[in-house]
Amino acid sequence: MLLIPCPFCAMDRPEAEFRHAGEAHLTRPPDPAAADDAAWADFLYHRANPRGVIAERWRHVHGCGRFINVLRDTVSDRILASYRPGEKRP
Amino acid sequence: MIGSPRHEGMMQRLLVGRMFQGRLLPESMRTADGGRVERRTDIRFSFDGADYLGCGGDTLASALLANGVHLVGRSMKYHRPRGIVAAGAEEPNALVAVVRGGGRTTPNLRATQVELFEGLEAHSQNRWPSLNTDLGALVALAAPLLPAGFYYKTMMGPRGLGLWHRVFEPLVRRAAGLGRAPRVADPDRYARYYAHCDVLVAGAGPAGIAAALAAGRGGARTILCDEQAEPGGALLSEIAALIDGIPAREWLAQSLAELAAMPHVRVMPRTTAFGCYPHNMVGLAERVTDHLAAPSPDQPRERLWRVRARRIVLATGAIERPLVFPGNDRPGVMLAGAAREYLLRWGVKVGSRVVIATACDTAYRAALDLATAGVAVKLVVDLRAAADGPLPQAARAAGIAVLAGGRVLGTHLRGKRLDSVLLGRGDDGRRRWFDCDALLMCNGWTPAVHLHAQARGALRWEGERGVFLPGEPAPGVESIGACNGATDLAMALAQGAASGGGAVPVVEGEVPALPGPAHVDAAVAGDAFVDFQNDVRADDVRQAVAEGFHAIEHVKRYTAGGLGTDQGKTGNMNLLALAAAARGTPIPELGTTTFRPPYTPVSFGTLAGPARGEMFDPVRTTPLHAQAVAEGAVFEDVGQWKRARYFPQAGEDMHAAVRREVATTRAAAGLFDASTLGKIEVVGPDAAIFLDRLYLNAIATLKPGRCRYGVMLSEAGFVMDDGVMARLAPDRFHVTTTTSGAAHVLAHMEDYRQTEWPELRVWLTSTTEHWAVLAVQGPRARDVLAPLVAGDISAAALPHMAVRDLKVAGIPARMMRVSFSGEQGFEVNAPARHAPALWDALRPRIAAAGGTVYGTEAMHVLRAEKGYIIVGQETDGTVTPGDLGMAIGRGKGDFIGRRSLARPDMLAADRRQLVGLLSDDPALVLEEGAQIVAQSAPPPGTKALGHVTSSYFSPALGRSIALALLAGGRERTGERLFVPLARGSIGVAVAAPVFLDPQGGRLHV
Amino acid sequence: MRFSLLSLLRESLRGHRGWPAQWRDASPKPAYDVVIVGAGGHGLATAYYLAAECGLRNIAVVEKGWLGGGNTARNTTVIRSNYLWEESEAIYEHSMKLWQDLSHALNYNVMYSPRGVMMLAHTVHDMQVIRRHVHANRLAGIDNELLSPREAQAFCPILNIGRDIRYPVLGAALQRRGGTARHDAVAWGYARAASALGVDIIQNCPVTGLRRQQDGAIAGVETARGFIAAPKIGVVAAGHSSVLMAMAGVRMPLESFPLQALVSEPVKSVMPCVVMSNTIHAYMSQSDKGELVIGAGTDAYPSYSQAGGLHIASDTLEAVCELFPTLRRLRMMRSWGGIVDVTPDRSPIIGRTPVPGLFVNCGWGTGGFKATPGSGHVFAHTIAKGEPHPIAAPFTLDRFRTGRLIDEAAAAAVAH
Repeated sequence: MLLIPCPFCAMDRPEAEFRHAGEAHLTRPPDPAAADDAAWADFLYHRANPRGVIAERWRHVHGCGRFINVLRDTVSDRILASYRPGEKRP
Repeated sequence: MIGSPRHEGMMQRLLVGRMFQGRLLPESMRTADGGRVERRTDIRFSFDGADYLGCGGDTLASALLANGVHLVGRSMKYHRPRGIVAAGAEEPNALVAVVRGGGRTTPNLRATQVELFEGLEAHSQNRWPSLNTDLGALVALAAPLLPAGFYYKTMMGPRGLGLWHRVFEPLVRRAAGLGRAPRVADPDRYARYYAHCDVLVAGAGPAGIAAALAAGRGGARTILCDEQAEPGGALLSEIAALIDGIPAREWLAQSLAELAAMPHVRVMPRTTAFGCYPHNMVGLAERVTDHLAAPSPDQPRERLWRVRARRIVLATGAIERPLVFPGNDRPGVMLAGAAREYLLRWGVKVGSRVVIATACDTAYRAALDLATAGVAVKLVVDLRAAADGPLPQAARAAGIAVLAGGRVLGTHLRGKRLDSVLLGRGDDGRRRWFDCDALLMCNGWTPAVHLHAQARGALRWEGERGVFLPGEPAPGVESIGACNGATDLAMALAQGAASGGGAVPVVEGEVPALPGPAHVDAAVAGDAFVDFQNDVRADDVRQAVAEGFHAIEHVKRYTAGGLGTDQGKTGNMNLLALAAAARGTPIPELGTTTFRPPYTPVSFGTLAGPARGEMFDPVRTTPLHAQAVAEGAVFEDVGQWKRARYFPQAGEDMHAAVRREVATTRAAAGLFDASTLGKIEVVGPDAAIFLDRLYLNAIATLKPGRCRYGVMLSEAGFVMDDGVMARLAPDRFHVTTTTSGAAHVLAHMEDYRQTEWPELRVWLTSTTEHWAVLAVQGPRARDVLAPLVAGDISAAALPHMAVRDLKVAGIPARMMRVSFSGEQGFEVNAPARHAPALWDALRPRIAAAGGTVYGTEAMHVLRAEKGYIIVGQETDGTVTPGDLGMAIGRGKGDFIGRRSLARPDMLAADRRQLVGLLSDDPALVLEEGAQIVAQSAPPPGTKALGHVTSSYFSPALGRSIALALLAGGRERTGERLFVPLARGSIGVAVAAPVFLDPQGGRLHV
Repeated sequence: MRFSLLSLLRESLRGHRGWPAQWRDASPKPAYDVVIVGAGGHGLATAYYLAAECGLRNIAVVEKGWLGGGNTARNTTVIRSNYLWEESEAIYEHSMKLWQDLSHALNYNVMYSPRGVMMLAHTVHDMQVIRRHVHANRLAGIDNELLSPREAQAFCPILNIGRDIRYPVLGAALQRRGGTARHDAVAWGYARAASALGVDIIQNCPVTGLRRQQDGAIAGVETARGFIAAPKIGVVAAGHSSVLMAMAGVRMPLESFPLQALVSEPVKSVMPCVVMSNTIHAYMSQSDKGELVIGAGTDAYPSYSQAGGLHIASDTLEAVCELFPTLRRLRMMRSWGGIVDVTPDRSPIIGRTPVPGLFVNCGWGTGGFKATPGSGHVFAHTIAKGEPHPIAAPFTLDRFRTGRLIDEAAAAAVAH
């Protein structure tokens, strides 16, 4: 069970308090109707799925309820940083 | 419990019991003094039905050895007689079942870890009819045909007959397995805890205790755990050395007392650190009652501790390696260090005439201590060319004969016990049988790097000593003591103290053991076992390598070496060395096997903890649960909720009850508990914009005081949830969700609110638990309610799809004119605490109106007659609103899921669409999930046109009805299709999905 | 050497010293007609069928570690074909047919054991779901039958069908032809048979890049042991598919999750079949050696660590102890993790990619083992012909653009 630093609570909290919410920094096309099918599929389904550092979202569902961003190394599962949505990836 | 062994046990008691003139014979191999056992208390126990005496503090293994019993088990494959090899968790052979009655049988326990208690009943395993006479041993006759991996090469039989599965596999399965699983449910309880600490020290040997002392003295919250009953590890059998000027055991006692006195330190005996998990979580298994003769019912049998430690200090020691020589598996052949431990800890001589074979200095300690205790140490055979270290010299000085450059070439049994060994010298070909009743072996020590490696620490090869040592550790993890390569007490204590920055204790009187490489005879053949439990011989390893299995994981999997219950603790390094030799490569090139948790096996019950029955998953009940129980409801599980499914009256089955509930509701009125519906209050100036972006329907145009049905799509365009949006005020909505979708919908909304549109001023609150919902439906619904309501609820004042806050029976309520039945309907939302009072007010009025209470099953029928969908039944994550005949709200811009609806396949003509089905036979109710085809006798492989989603007998129509998803369904209205069932195809006509009151007149009354 | 009782007898007289290597430990040649990346079950099967059925001989399988060491070595060996959608039924049933004769086809006993796979239902909704499966399967000519709780218990006597558990068993679906096979033997059997047909199996040869020609078509693979040219490359790398495809500049609809499994200590036979419960998350069978083989769920987050949290084992054993309360005193002997590549619709991707000459077979999620023969077979034909085998055709990468998903997860609420 991971120990995830919540940038809102400013505490390390156990994974059980969070729900994983997928890759971070996916940009929803500002005008979806204008996106072609390939671009839309890319947004909907295609993921970087890196072997290495991933930027991912978690929701502190049994805590502050906020969505947060986390940088994690998917090989070691070590967490490198966590930050609020809207903030730049460190 | 296990019928036959008990019976067999009684027989044996009569025949071979250890009774003499009505008294048990004393232990024959116990020393007169020394050791740490409680000699005054005789403990009676039985093994395979024979009674024995042991002492307090014994393990089953030490007690059996004290009674001269070496034969304790049979090997897995060849059923070879096997004895006790080790003294701890690494034991590969001595596996027993402990029977306590009433579902409390535990198979496969290591006798070396079973603590003795009065009345202990243990049985050997994997033998028939008895341990001594095991017909399974006849397998040995066929052993030449059963080399490593033989089963991959044969037992296939002629093609097409499936003989493997029909004939051979059952034979293999009958032969396989060790102990027997109990046949009765385990009545014991298990507990689990979380713990947090600054320092977790795994292993309470000298290094661990020094580390815990240093950490504890520095004020760190410390947990020190050890798998044994008594902390101390190697200190428990240390009789010579002085630590800080006092005898080692005294230092141990003082240190433990000091630790016990520190409130921030917890010492946990009988607790195995079995696994290292991500982010410094360590799993501990604590055995609480297995060692007690009469456990208190208040205590759990075992506890699982999930410890999050800032620092993990591993002091897990080292494991002695056996030598691989022909006949090395005979009862009476055991590890030298174990023999020494039995002597010094338990006061047990493992033999009277002992030969020792070693490739390592430490075995001389056993030689010296055994000789001191009066055991005849006839010879130490040192496999090394020279044996000149301080310990061999001390042995020689004590008059013990040492043969350097010797070899063990064979062993001989008398009965089932070793009686002589064949020894030779390296190259001169001379050989000689030596009489002995125990052969003690040592092939060096393997640091127990399991937890370090599990935590993803690197390993480094130390060629001079032939061991893998901890390399770069995972952050927050360190290894100290023997598991980190320490070879003597001083080094172990120093590493332990250093880990916590403490003062290093001074050690005197220890004769150092010089490290050296393990001995592997690459050509050893015959019954030279590498893995005792799984009967893997050196021959098997060489064969595997010759057959192309070069990676060590390949060798293990092909031979089954290291895959037994001991996970190769004693055997893996020998396996690796033999494979490397056969391959002609250095060991590190072959790699090491992956260390997988758990370190030693952990009970399922311990891991599952108290989560059984109602504790398995929370039970959610509505505020009206007691009322439903009082009405005689039959409940169903819907997610975690218990929902009233129907309310049978005397003599009614479900069908009869549901028909009555439906018909009565349509004729008069029905009362339904809809409290499980999810509810979310959406508030803020931008609430309408927000909902408009999340729902298919036009929400922004909804007027305050009105409700609208809403469908939520996933971004991929599929129906995800539905509910009612009630606009309470321009900036306030009461939104309902499906019962099982409540949490998901809220998370979905929060996601968009927080991350996609943070500029919107809108806030969300789950009110699911706040509001109970009493649905009053039916033509007399208003009659039932009106007298209780302070206000006008006439059709004009509160029309269909209107909402208003009103008092009902004096209770402030949120009244919605909504219907999921097709009848005039009211959903009264009342604060949960007032719900029973409201129910009590409504219930007699429902009865007086000729109405009924109804459950989820009737609710399903009512809505199906009306063609209302249920998300999760008519939809399955692949259904679009278009498939359901639902249109996008007028004037809407983008909303979640809209773009996906424009993908080519979302617009295809052959998509499955919602239709009604009427079977030719009006009495026949189709099976839900049944498929729809065009032919009456579809050949196998026919493509389905669709499937039945809901199917009921409709009391209103007096016939069966069904809803279905059908390819191009709306165009097929009126077509005749078929539903193939097991008993033949049923003809059906495609109809519109609304069976009752398509104009909706009944809703608006 | 052909494996048989006779060869075993003959070798036993020679102390088993005459067995030849089961496969050649090949070193890479400069070029091949086809290079398969990944020597797991699927990759080796692909190579075998390319050689055995598609007339190709100059084939290499490159593997970063040891063959069969990924998910092939780590799965719980369940085989069944009672999937919901016709596309899925077709490929898993194709596989099932190949399983039935696989030991003989490969002359390697893969221990295919059709002992029956029973899927439990615990709620009214579960019953609806399994009924739908049974009807769909029956129409497709695939065996699957509905059992009452009593019938389920008769089939698996240690199953608790009492009312004393949180989610009592309401019924079950049973596919009698479903069962298990010996996972390692599948990889080894395919490797031996492929090697005998001339396929080079190159172990310890990590791929470091996928080289493309100027026109964009695939040119070959860069490996730690040098460049290997090939006009056709099939990536069959399970959890690492995203990483490999990224080397060719292709983004994939995949996420790689840790999937844990565990075994108990071996006990005498107590469990005659495979039992699965998706609602309370337990999957269990008993190996021929006597270990109870238990599949756990995935961890919540993508990872390549091949390790997961302790709570995953706990969650699974909670369910196992509910269903099989007599097993509570048995003990977990070993646990491990694999990396499963999961697609948005939980169905695999088999076929061409935007890069000419580059083919991919991935996304099997938690259901890959059972598909091994069928997957390899249709992928081999797809690579050989350059266009999808009819059974593979629906499983295109393009379906994520068009929306023609094959959503087993959403439709079934049944994991694999």
